[in-house]
Formats: sequence, structure tokens, C-alpha cells
Amino acid sequence: MLRRPFFWIIALVVAAFVVSPLIGNDVQLRESLALAAVYITLASNLNLMLGYAGYINFGSIVFFGLGGYICVWLVDAHHWPLAASLLATGIGVSALSLVFGFGILRLRGPFFALSTIGIVEGVQAFVENFQPWGGSSGIYISPEVFAPLGGPGPALWVIYFLFVAVMAASLYLSYGIKISKFGLGLLAIGQNEDAAAILGVPTPRYKALCYSASAFLPAIAGGLYFFKAAFIQPSDAFDLTLSTEAIVICMLGGQGTVTGVALGAYLYEELRGYLLISSTFSNFQLVIAGALLLVIVLFFPSGLMGFIYDRFPRLQKVLE
Amino acid sequence: MTALLELDRVSKRFGGLLAVNNLSFAMREGEILGLIGPNGAGKSTLFNLINGVFTPNSGRIVFNGVDITGERPFMVARHGIARTHQIVQPLTNMTVLENCAVGACFGRENLPLHRATAAAREAATVVGLDDRLHALALNLTIAGKKRLELARALAAQPKLLLLDEVLAGLNPTEIEHMIAVIRRIRDSGVTILIIEHLMQAIMSLSDRIVVLNYGEKLAEGAPAEVARDPQVIEAYLGDPKLAAELEGKDEGSAAHG
Amino acid sequence: MFGIIASIIDGVLVGLVYGLAAMGLTLIWGVMDVINLTHGTMIVAGMMALYLISGALGVSPYFTLPPILIGGFFVGVALYWVAVHRMMGRPPLMSLLSTFSVNLILVGLGTAVWGTALFNVEVSLPGLTIDRYTFPGPHILAAVLAAVIASLLYAFLHYTRLGKALRAVANNREAAELVGIPTTRVLAIAVGCGVALAGVSGMLIGTLFPFTILSGDGYQLKSFVVTVLGGFGNPVGALMGGVALGLLEGAVTPFVPVSWTLVIEFVLFVLVLIAFPGGVFARRGTL
Repeated sequence: MLRRPFFWIIALVVAAFVVSPLIGNDVQLRESLALAAVYITLASNLNLMLGYAGYINFGSIVFFGLGGYICVWLVDAHHWPLAASLLATGIGVSALSLVFGFGILRLRGPFFALSTIGIVEGVQAFVENFQPWGGSSGIYISPEVFAPLGGPGPALWVIYFLFVAVMAASLYLSYGIKISKFGLGLLAIGQNEDAAAILGVPTPRYKALCYSASAFLPAIAGGLYFFKAAFIQPSDAFDLTLSTEAIVICMLGGQGTVTGVALGAYLYEELRGYLLISSTFSNFQLVIAGALLLVIVLFFPSGLMGFIYDRFPRLQKVLE
Repeated sequence: MTALLELDRVSKRFGGLLAVNNLSFAMREGEILGLIGPNGAGKSTLFNLINGVFTPNSGRIVFNGVDITGERPFMVARHGIARTHQIVQPLTNMTVLENCAVGACFGRENLPLHRATAAAREAATVVGLDDRLHALALNLTIAGKKRLELARALAAQPKLLLLDEVLAGLNPTEIEHMIAVIRRIRDSGVTILIIEHLMQAIMSLSDRIVVLNYGEKLAEGAPAEVARDPQVIEAYLGDPKLAAELEGKDEGSAAHG
Repeated sequence: MFGIIASIIDGVLVGLVYGLAAMGLTLIWGVMDVINLTHGTMIVAGMMALYLISGALGVSPYFTLPPILIGGFFVGVALYWVAVHRMMGRPPLMSLLSTFSVNLILVGLGTAVWGTALFNVEVSLPGLTIDRYTFPGPHILAAVLAAVIASLLYAFLHYTRLGKALRAVANNREAAELVGIPTTRVLAIAVGCGVALAGVSGMLIGTLFPFTILSGDGYQLKSFVVTVLGGFGNPVGALMGGVALGLLEGAVTPFVPVSWTLVIEFVLFVLVLIAFPGGVFARRGTL
């Protein structure tokens, strides 16, 4: 992998994320890049199911939300250090996703997609009634937890670099899978699952692995996100908006590509930022997302990267 | 003789329709067995039973000494059985090379990716697709797609290859080419079970023929024998009195010496 | 004891309306293999139309049924041309995304205009009292209307030329085209009917329960459960499935807090699909 140019392209992007806010201690840039990193993380991992295996996960937020809850709970109620909590979160949510997957991965296409929504609703209903996690009021973290990180100020920087690390891991994970045998099997499943099975691709195992892998990093990102917010409640943790936006980003950038998703996430985040500031459009976030998705699905199903590869076919050899 | 593939009283029912009825036959390693019969006789269903897409209602399927009845398709592929489809099933947005690589990676040899690419290239060369390795499957002609289907199955280095009407839709030149390819595949040690409607082709390719009709085995034997079998002729021509007539004619000519 | 039976009977009444809603979903599904993810929102549109029209004109809520039926039909045809037409022939997940995106737009617009306000339509209708239990008049009338409309749909599908054309296209689109059926027009009409049914069932539900713009999700899930129980593309099955769901709800709601009803229905949805991948009474390719 180190010999391929794309590996270094990703490294360059990650370096840019690390270095740019450090120049001039630009806190505003840092926050905006942090959000971009979250979007890239969510979209890249969603892409494993959507772009590679061809399964739409409408409810990918459940990994993010559960990750948030587990991390916050470990840090607050059990006083675990952040690093250990994040690791446990990732492993825990991945393991839990295998349990969900066992039930819903045997469902095909649209039914799988619909049941992912049901999982979010089910988990949200459960958490709202689960007192150890604060029920519907949620959990507040006391500010002392930021002390080991050097206090609230420096903590934000540490958290930012952790976001970037998770984003880097997501990009390398989706790239690494794409050029591996596992990735080839997933792509075959995405093209024609029955033919893939006849060719010998072990479809149940691969789908389960993919689904579980797509849960790990978003869970950690969720843990970081809500740790930083110092507060988590069910309506925020399981808001389907974020997973919907991840789908739009994947389709916008070009499902199944690593570059496209990162590009799409960045563009979408800029668009969204602009919309939220403009008073005319702030209520219309979902409408714009919907309209964008509709246009892409109707006229540009291969997204941005499809458009770029049409114009510059040589780029396909370098980018993924 | 130990059979490579053995079907023992296999039956498959779909609701009220008995698609395959108490079918038994065996295949030797290295032979080409032709499967013929009118449309709807159960030939493709039989393929689906062998490679695990359907599970038989009764009976056993034994491959290389292992009972594979009811195993899932991807497990059957691991045993070393590959197939092509009557209606081609390319992985449309992947290249020829990638399609074949899937076959090589997940077939009998279960190769790692870099070795699989080499095996894929070889398989593509055997069928004559080596000049289009990086073409997308969806851009191939129907003949190209048929070759891809075959190459992909070959890349898995199977012991048994199931060919389902691989000649349908090809022009005479393409057919000749494909027949030569099939012979070469057999010569390399692969056992072949082939469904075909092109009588001349299948008769000349096959060592033995099995005739199916309404899911049952109507006849089995060398191509020449089967072609003369009155019941086979009747099944194809549809006239119930024809068999008796032909049998009478045969006896008559035998009596006259 | 009779309390539970009364609850179940009431559930069956409401279930007939659920069945009607599900018929809209399953019709589109059966004819063109498209899952209409705007279904829930169309139900809400029917509810809102009920509220706005009856409020503006000051007439009995039930007079809104014909305009909603007709209006819903045209909305459905528009939906076909915007989101579904170009998806014919593409992988089914694409039509899922296209209807999903239209739904986002509609819900976004709806919440922008009306927020999450609760709406209630006052319907005064004498109920039927047996022993200590009163079956609310609106429930009975809604059930009757749902049954009538369902019968009309059945008659349409089986005794009119257009209905038969719809069933032909559901069975085999290419063959239907070859015998001269204008498939595009039929597909548009099918979506029109599907949305009309969703709208009307929304109107009927609006006479029974209060609602918000976001209520669509819950009713959409119920429609999916019913469709899965009744078999895809099977309108009669949808009605029966609706009754079954209503029955289940009637039996369960006295004992379980309301917020868990949807979760139970979702679990049912997944379990039934795992056991019967084509739905319980699957008859693929027929209507």
C-alpha cells in the first residue's frame, strides 16, 4: 500500500487537517475542520456498506449515538480515562452491531434498509427508558473529566487531533478494504449478490464483517463528539438527520470511491455551514439535502467522481 | 470407477410442479457429459440443485466423495464446482480482469489477491479476452459476456464445470471458437457437464449424453445411441405414436437383415 | 374479559384503515417493484388536507374524502414523473433513494411551515354502545369507508380494462408492452392510485387520532408491517394484514405503554421477514 500514490494523497490531506488550524491558533477553523472530519468519518464508513456492498444503511447514526452513550457513561459513571473508553466503545458497538446484523443482514436490499431505521427507533426507545443512562433526560458530564487532558482549553485540541486520527483511520480503512480481497468480494456482492455467492464469495460472513467494520470508527467518533459536548440525550444521539446527510454525501461524492466521499463531505459541510448562517435557509436544511439527493440520483448517480472520471479518465489510476 | 459427481434419486418440487423427478446419474472425471431435453425439462433446475441455489426435496448429490446436498452456493464453489448461466450474470461495473479475479479469489484455490490476478489473466487468455482485460463488463458484446462468464468460472480452477447454454446467441464463427475452447478446457483436466440446444455441437463435444424430459431421465448413453433412441425422438418431435412406429420400423428392418 | 374483546374489535375497525393505507403501498410495489418512501408523508398530507379543507370550508370532515382521493391521485402521478419514471430499469435501491429524497423535501417543507404542532380534527358522531363499552362512531364509519374503498379498488383491478392492464403490467411489464398496453401511463396511474389510497387513509386516520407533520413515520412502519404480513403486491392480503395488525394492537395496547407499540411492530416486521422473505402470503407477480 505504501507504494501507491493514493496512500500519500490521504497522508497529505490528514497533514493538512493537522497543520492548518495550528497556524495562528485558528480556533474557528479547527471547529469547522472537526465537523468536516466527523462527516468524513461517518460517510466513509457508511460507504463500506453502501458503496461497496450495495446495502443502504439508513440508520448508521445508531453506531454514533451508542458510541456516544457508552463512552460518556464509562467516563462519567466509571471514571475511565478517555483513551480506554474510546477503545471499549469501538469494540462494544462493533460487537453489538454483529448482534443486530445477525437479524437484519439476511434481509435483502430495501428490507435491510428499512430495518436499519427500525433499529434506530428501537434503540432510542430503549435508551429513553434506560435509567442508568439517564433515560430521556440524558447524561451530563462534570467538567473534571477534562482535567487529565490539561483543562477544557487544551482538551479541545486533544479532541480535535483525535477526530483527525479517527478520520485518517476511516480513510485508510476504506482504501485498504477497497484494494484487498475482502473488498473485491464486497464489490462483487454489490454488483450481483447471487452471482457473487455462486462464485464462492462467503456472503453472510462478508456482510457481517462489513457491517461490523462500518460501526467501529463511527462509534469512536460518537464517543469523542459527545464527550466534547459534555452532554448526551437520546433525541440528539439518535437523530436520523446525520445518517441521512451521510447518505447524501456518499451519493454526492460518488458512492464506492474513497476520494469522492471525502470530497463530498467537505463540500456538503461547507454548504451546510452557509445554509445555517443564512436566515432564509436555516429551516430548510433537510429540504436542501433532499433536493440535492434527488438531483444526484436522477441525473448524476455516479456523483462527483463519476463526473470527474468521465472528463479525466487517467485520474482513475491514481485516485480511488 | 469412482464418480466425480453422483446424483442419487434427486427430486425437486416447486409447489405443484415436480421439476426434477428421481434423477440419478454419475460422471467420471475428465468426461464431457451433455444434458439435453426439451424446454422445461428441468436442466437448469438441475444445475441449480448441483451448485446449491436450490435444495433438493429428496435425494443426494455427492461430489468427489463429499455429500454436498443442500450446501450453500459459496460452499459448493469451494469444493471446486463452477458454472456459467444461461442468462449471463456479469458483475457489470467491474472490468473483465476484476470479474475473473473474483472467480479466482473465491473458487477452489481460494487465492490471495495478487495470485488471483495472475490466474484471472490466464483464464481470460484461454477464452480469448486477454485483449480486453480492462474493459468494463457492461461494455462487452453478448459474445464477449459469454466468454467472460466462462473465463470467470475457469479462473476458479474448478474440477467440475457446469456450462448452461454457453453457445446460445453466438454466430457460427463464435460457436466454433467456443467449442475449441471447451475442448481445450477438458484437455486441461476439467470435467464438464454441458446443457446445450445446438444438437450438432453437443453431440460432437460430449462423450456421453443424458436426456431429460419432464424432470426424468429419458435416456443415457453415447451420442449416437441416444440420437437413435425412439423415445428421445418422440420427446423432441412430440408425436406419441412415433416411438412405436420407429420401433416397429427398426424391428422390421432387423428382421429383413 | 369483555374489555379485551372490545379493544380487539376496536383494533379490527382501525386495522381496516391501516389495511387501506397498506393497499396503497403494496399496489405500487406490486406493479413496479418500487417502495414508495413518501408513503408516510402522503398519509400525513391526507391528514393535513382533512384539517385544512374541513376547517376552511366548515363542512363535515367526511366531505373531504372525494377531493382528497382525487387530489391524491394527481399528486401521485406527479410523484411518478418526478421521482419514479427515470428509475425504471435502474437497480431498485435507486428508486428507494429517489422516493426517500422526495420525502426529505416534503417533510422539510412541512416542518418549516407547520413545525411540530399537534393537530386534532373534531368529529362528532354517535357511537355504538354495547354493555359498558362504546365503539366510537368515527371508528365505525372509518372502517366502513375503508372497506368500501377497498372493495372499489378490487372491483377496479378485476373488472375494468384499466385495472386489468395494471395487473398485466404487474405480472410482466415487457409482455404487457408487447400486447399494446401503454405501460408508462399505467405505471403513472398505479402510483396515482397508491398515493390516493395513502391520502384517503390519512384522512380517515385524521378523524380518529390527533397528528403532527412527523406522524407519517409511525403509519408508514405500520403499512410496511401490514404489507409484509399480507404479501407484497397483494391488495386483498393488505386488507387482511391490516385487520391482523389492528387485532394485535387491540390485544396489546391495554398492557403496554404506547411508546413501545412501534418497537414491537418493528420487531414483528423483521421477524416475519426473516421467516417469510416474501411476506406471509407472497404472490409475486400477481395483483
